[in-house]
Amino acid sequence: MKTRILMFGWEFPPFNSGGLGVACQGLTRSLAERGFEVLFVMPKKFELSSPYARMIFAEDQNVTVRAIDSMLSPYLTTKSYLRERESGGFYGSDLFQEVERYRAIASSIAREESFDVIYAHDWLAFGAGIEAKKATGKPLIVHVHATEFDRSGGADGVNSHVYTIERAGMEAADVVIAVSELTKNIIVEKYGIPASKVRVVYNGIDESTAPSGLPSKRMRSLKESGYKIVLFLGRITLQKGPDHFLRAAQRVLQQNPKVMFVVSGSGDMDAQMFDLAAELGISNNVTFTGFLTGADRHDMYVTADLFVMPSVSEPFGITPLESMRLGTPVIISKQSGVAEVVRHALKVDFWDIDDMADKILSVVGMPALSETMSMHAREEADKLTWADAAYKVDTILHELV
Amino acid sequence: MKSVCFYFQVHQPYRVKKYRVFDIGTDPEYFNDRSESDLNNRKVLEKVASKSYIPATRLLLQLLQKHPELKVSFSFSGVALEQLERYAPEAIELFKKVIDTGRVEVLGETYYHSLAFFYSPTEFEQQVTKHREIIRRLFGVRPRVFRNTELSYRNDLAGWADANGYAGILAEGWDPILGWRSPNYVYKPVGSQNTRLLLKNYRLSDDLAFRFSSRDWSEWPLTAEKYGAWLGAAEGDTVNLFMDYETFGEHQWEDTGIFAFLEQLPQELGKNNGIDFKTPSEVIASYDVRDEVDMPHTVTWADTDRDLTAWVGNPMQKAAIEAIYALEQDVILANDGRLIEDWRKLQTSDHFYYMCTKWFGDGDVHAYFSPYESPYDAYMTYMNALSDLRLRLSKRSG
Repeated sequence: MKTRILMFGWEFPPFNSGGLGVACQGLTRSLAERGFEVLFVMPKKFELSSPYARMIFAEDQNVTVRAIDSMLSPYLTTKSYLRERESGGFYGSDLFQEVERYRAIASSIAREESFDVIYAHDWLAFGAGIEAKKATGKPLIVHVHATEFDRSGGADGVNSHVYTIERAGMEAADVVIAVSELTKNIIVEKYGIPASKVRVVYNGIDESTAPSGLPSKRMRSLKESGYKIVLFLGRITLQKGPDHFLRAAQRVLQQNPKVMFVVSGSGDMDAQMFDLAAELGISNNVTFTGFLTGADRHDMYVTADLFVMPSVSEPFGITPLESMRLGTPVIISKQSGVAEVVRHALKVDFWDIDDMADKILSVVGMPALSETMSMHAREEADKLTWADAAYKVDTILHELV
Repeated sequence: MKSVCFYFQVHQPYRVKKYRVFDIGTDPEYFNDRSESDLNNRKVLEKVASKSYIPATRLLLQLLQKHPELKVSFSFSGVALEQLERYAPEAIELFKKVIDTGRVEVLGETYYHSLAFFYSPTEFEQQVTKHREIIRRLFGVRPRVFRNTELSYRNDLAGWADANGYAGILAEGWDPILGWRSPNYVYKPVGSQNTRLLLKNYRLSDDLAFRFSSRDWSEWPLTAEKYGAWLGAAEGDTVNLFMDYETFGEHQWEDTGIFAFLEQLPQELGKNNGIDFKTPSEVIASYDVRDEVDMPHTVTWADTDRDLTAWVGNPMQKAAIEAIYALEQDVILANDGRLIEDWRKLQTSDHFYYMCTKWFGDGDVHAYFSPYESPYDAYMTYMNALSDLRLRLSKRSG
């Protein structure tokens, strides 16, 4: 008998807007390859009838997808949810009502389906996981890709309602999976979960997350005229540290004006970052590309001479691995989970602007450094696979089922 | 008759402190780290002297007094001796005492523990001369046997030693080169007239240097009795045991029993008939040449590759070593003592070793001995200091 997993997760690429969808897809695929049957439930903002879900897992016989109408997105803050609701005219009056709706639907799905274990990804799905456990008594695994402490970036403060949902999920779970030791520490210290119940499973990276294309004309002409391209790619929000990136850029440009800083992504700090670039007097050396997907994203990584992830708090951080896989050297924040697994990267404290600037200058100015990093980055990223992550999840599942 | 020939290497580099792009042109001091990290040369020297050099040499002195047949040899880098004079003069005094017994031979090397032989013959000669001077000043002797940095060796180095009157030269006894031959004999390097070649018995040497305290090793714990019996059973004329002196107390801590082992070894060895201790010069004088050895390509005592890839294997290492030697002519012409000295301190092989990425990704942290966070940090630091040196040079010449 195959072990059947009822999984509550999120939209997959290219429709998702960050690393969580990528992680859900990578892990689900690799679990299916190991012979698990996965019933994947996901809230969708788009038309249910689309063949997208079936397309994604067309080759995976072991995966069945049930999509439910919702406008939940794992990165929504209450504020941005309200903004989206006003513009889109979707149903539901409040983010937490949506969570409640997901929970209720989960309960009915759990009663209809047969499965051996329940698996929920991040807080919006935790309620669904708890409900499914209540309805069936099956063991529950919650997989923590980020906590409220990461999302709030330490400034707006932690939303107590979200915190409560997160803690309830972790408490109800039989095992909590954390994406890094960094996240495990937060789970133990801030949520009071016994360390023995928390396991670390690092994310992996698959070929499918790096489609190919051609660099844009503008980027090519910049490179041809001798510019080095330094890339930030992520949501433009406090947690990701785009402001630190721009402040380091200013320091770099004082020494080397032939550097173009590219900010790829969108978020609640978009306008603030335009203003900051102007205020620092570096607008001519900063390009904002907006949110990139698919081939455009791939091209941006390839075109860049260096990728920087200056996150204030990053539970894992899959983007540096995407960059490394394509041979582009990376500088990563020490305050990230990926820093625990990656050796062939330069590591900085996100707040240490001088150190960041120093390292950026070194990579763009020392060809042998960038060549050596690039060579080893490829090798290293190729070894960090979802198959390894699925293997670890497999051993955890075997303890429960 | 068979002999045991010990050679201990004493070396400490001048580690370059954290040096950023922004420091270029503002700070001409590269080696004066004062932090708690292992970039602080003073701190490292004091630590290694008190854990290893001082207790080991004190013990050695007692053993030399107690066992009149005991003989060993040392090679000291000039940069290590300089730093010991400044930070741990007690170690220098002890070294003087053991050398004064007349039963401790001092070998020749490059003052800066550099790979200059492979990059600049003139610079290499300069450093050997400078090394000879400090050895004469401190110990009153003149080296007759040569060993190059990291035991790096090839035919033309033997040719140089031959032309310069050295009785012998040391190298790694690496099986792919030796073939059926044992390292336990005296050899003649291809093309040399008088210089003889002594080869490291790496198995028996590494039993002490690397495996002594390893509990995964089937022979653990290694007693002096067992090791003495192995030496007694070894075939050949000489068992050449070459290793870092830090083996005693630093690489193998005191609590592993390494000092007690050393203390018992002479008497355990004495239980075998027909075995004695000899210095490298005595081994060369006592035994006939067994065969000729041809090493056209560089062989070192490093890791499993036994070549120079641990120092000049990746693009960073190649760029760094080429950059330092590219400055030779300008630095010498500038004729500024401080500048020349800094340039030479930056030639020490350790700087390039810290940039090695061979094992860095393997997850085995212990394979990467370095005071830097990563090989990349080592490279950035080095290249920035070098840029500053270049700037000082251009200011002088311009």
